[in-house]
Amino acid sequence: MARAEEVNGSGSLDDAPASPREVEIDAADQDTRALNDRLRELLLSGVEKVVIRNVCGQRYIGTRLYTPQHLKMDIEIFGTPGNDLAAFLFGHKITVHGNAQDGVGNTMDAGEVVVHGRSGDVLGFSMRGGEIYVRDGCGYRTALHMKEYEDKRPVLVIGGTAQDFLGEYMAGGIVVLLDLEERGHQANFIGTGMHGGVIYLRGAVDGSQLGSQVGCSPVDPSDRKVLDHYITRFLERLPEVGLSREEIINSPFLRLTPKSKRPYSTLYTY
Amino acid sequence: MKSFVFPEFQIIRDEEKCGQCRGCERQCAFGTHTYDPVADRLISDETKCAGCQRCVIFCPKHAIVVRPAPSFYRPNASWSREKLDDLKKQAETGGVILTGSGNDKPFRIYWDHILLNASQVTNPSIDPLREPMELRTFLGAKPDIMDISAGDGKVEIKTEIGPNLMVETPILFSAMSYGAISYNAFGSLARAACKSGTYFNTGEGGLPKEMRQEFGRCAIVQVASGRFGIDAEYLNCAAAVEIKVGQGAKPGIGGHLPGEKVSQLVAETRMIPQGTDAISPAPHHDIYSIEDLSMLITALKEATNYEKPISVKIAAVHNFAAIASGIVRAGADIIAIDGLRGGTGAAPKAIRDNVGIPIELAISSLDRRLRGEGIRNRCSIIAAGGIRCSADVVKAIALGADAVYIGSAALIAMGCTLCQKCYTGKCNWGICTTDPRLSGRLNMDIASQRLANLISAWSHEIAEMLGGMGINALESLRGNRDHLRGVGLYEWELDVLGIKGAGE
Repeated sequence: MARAEEVNGSGSLDDAPASPREVEIDAADQDTRALNDRLRELLLSGVEKVVIRNVCGQRYIGTRLYTPQHLKMDIEIFGTPGNDLAAFLFGHKITVHGNAQDGVGNTMDAGEVVVHGRSGDVLGFSMRGGEIYVRDGCGYRTALHMKEYEDKRPVLVIGGTAQDFLGEYMAGGIVVLLDLEERGHQANFIGTGMHGGVIYLRGAVDGSQLGSQVGCSPVDPSDRKVLDHYITRFLERLPEVGLSREEIINSPFLRLTPKSKRPYSTLYTY
Repeated sequence: MKSFVFPEFQIIRDEEKCGQCRGCERQCAFGTHTYDPVADRLISDETKCAGCQRCVIFCPKHAIVVRPAPSFYRPNASWSREKLDDLKKQAETGGVILTGSGNDKPFRIYWDHILLNASQVTNPSIDPLREPMELRTFLGAKPDIMDISAGDGKVEIKTEIGPNLMVETPILFSAMSYGAISYNAFGSLARAACKSGTYFNTGEGGLPKEMRQEFGRCAIVQVASGRFGIDAEYLNCAAAVEIKVGQGAKPGIGGHLPGEKVSQLVAETRMIPQGTDAISPAPHHDIYSIEDLSMLITALKEATNYEKPISVKIAAVHNFAAIASGIVRAGADIIAIDGLRGGTGAAPKAIRDNVGIPIELAISSLDRRLRGEGIRNRCSIIAAGGIRCSADVVKAIALGADAVYIGSAALIAMGCTLCQKCYTGKCNWGICTTDPRLSGRLNMDIASQRLANLISAWSHEIAEMLGGMGINALESLRGNRDHLRGVGLYEWELDVLGIKGAGE
């Protein structure tokens, strides 16, 4: 397997860079399974980029694209994809021109999702790798139990803000809430049970909105570096927000981190 | 604070026999035995003893006896010694009482009140030593109607049948995660499953990468609320995927694998940082309804290209049969149902001993409910929690299960003595620990052989019992309650079990 990848890899380097094979499909009359059948078929036939028009509620887009050869594909979606977009995503890149629904990036492993719009509830649930950029806000239960391991560190950048239960049980990764419209963060129960990872909030949050396991502090220069990096990437992908990097980064940010890696270590008796 | 709790066990050492070899000292990870060089004798601290019998069995001179401590409080039917001691521990620490293994309280064990039938004169019994006996079972959804075409001596199935697991004998190893149990115990289950034509269940702790190629084909990989170690590769290397909603030992609550047990290898397999608590929330926070469950089932089918059956494991609780009906309608191919006596590596004792219902009653009501709704064929039932012997397996199947999961029984085959100290991580038998020194005590060749022997022995016994009933295929026993009779049961119990009283 490794050998085959190597050969393919060196092959594409030696040859003149061919433009990626690109296909456009119309999802208007396709149900979830048929659309995902088609995507899998295209991936296996070597297609590297697919543009899907008229997407309307089809679920699990990107989920059935695991192959033992680790083939990768770019998917551009026009319309509104259904729940569990990019669930278990294995390194593919998905761009949504429209809003996304619930469960985007559920248990996502690697890859990238960009939403030119808003995202629903349970965004980035149990996500362990890859990056998600959402231009507007998102719903309840965002970044629940997000986790990280070594070089796998998931990143979630939200142009707006999130609703209640943000970062509950969070065990790793980076969440950035930019609140670009400056509506203020209204979420309650932020980070209950949090035991890893970091949440950056632009603007202010009241202590009463935070779970008891969460510590809150202003950002330091090393945090600013991280923020700078991901805000730059956010703006590269979502230039339509019309703000400059400086306008965003030069505002007060707060950092939420767990007080302990082991929130329940004193709960039990033997 | 001075502890007012009695030692649970008394250690009697025969000084005549003891050769001061210090083997007991080395065997005990709890530090019970120490050598006093001045007196040249071994001293035992009974407060540390877990009663696991490791030192007793490994003493070359058979010089040690460990038995329940004879000390007692004034006898009191309401305040048992256990109640007093637990209360004292809590007064001393303020903590939740943890325990391991399954419910040990004297709830009625229905297996022991159910008797099997045998053939006499008419419908003669079958000798399994001479006649073929079919124990092979297929687990997964079966179609409502089977469309076949026959011609030219060939039969062709035209109906598209979803993925099914083929198991040579109706006994699978229950979910026990790497991290809760040792690498060697986990690997032994994997090897034994492959050798015996059955499956092991990874639990929620992931499947070590180096095991995937060899043992993936015999693995049921679990997706639990913690979502540890899950990626598309993990899901696709396995034979089936199981969504763990509940566990018989602790229905309704999640799990905390303490940071001490998250060693480097466990961290790598679960894909979480070393030393952090591995917290599984009580519910899956993406599942708050049958519709949400349906979405996760379908997401897993999508992630595995519709090639693998999806199981959903729930604990047997009140009204679970209605929920199970929803689970079948949500698209599950298998329902695993775990009863009151199911084991665990760690659970609050209050939960383990007080929540859930016995598996025998659960199997019967689930099977009847699904039959009543006409959807029994759409999923298989795996029963778990308290299966102790081959007769329990036969009774479970006659009550309506397709197969059983064994957890505690498998651990006992490897050496476990049900001392219930799994949560300490100091298992002297090398089973429920991540300490490499302790887990090295479990030889994978031997342990997997012991497990394979158990499966083989039980399978022979099942064939004997089937043959005795005049049945030559397990399929004919499934839900066949006519072969069961109850003794010493109330009318309502017979009704729930759907069986007649003995002599009727």
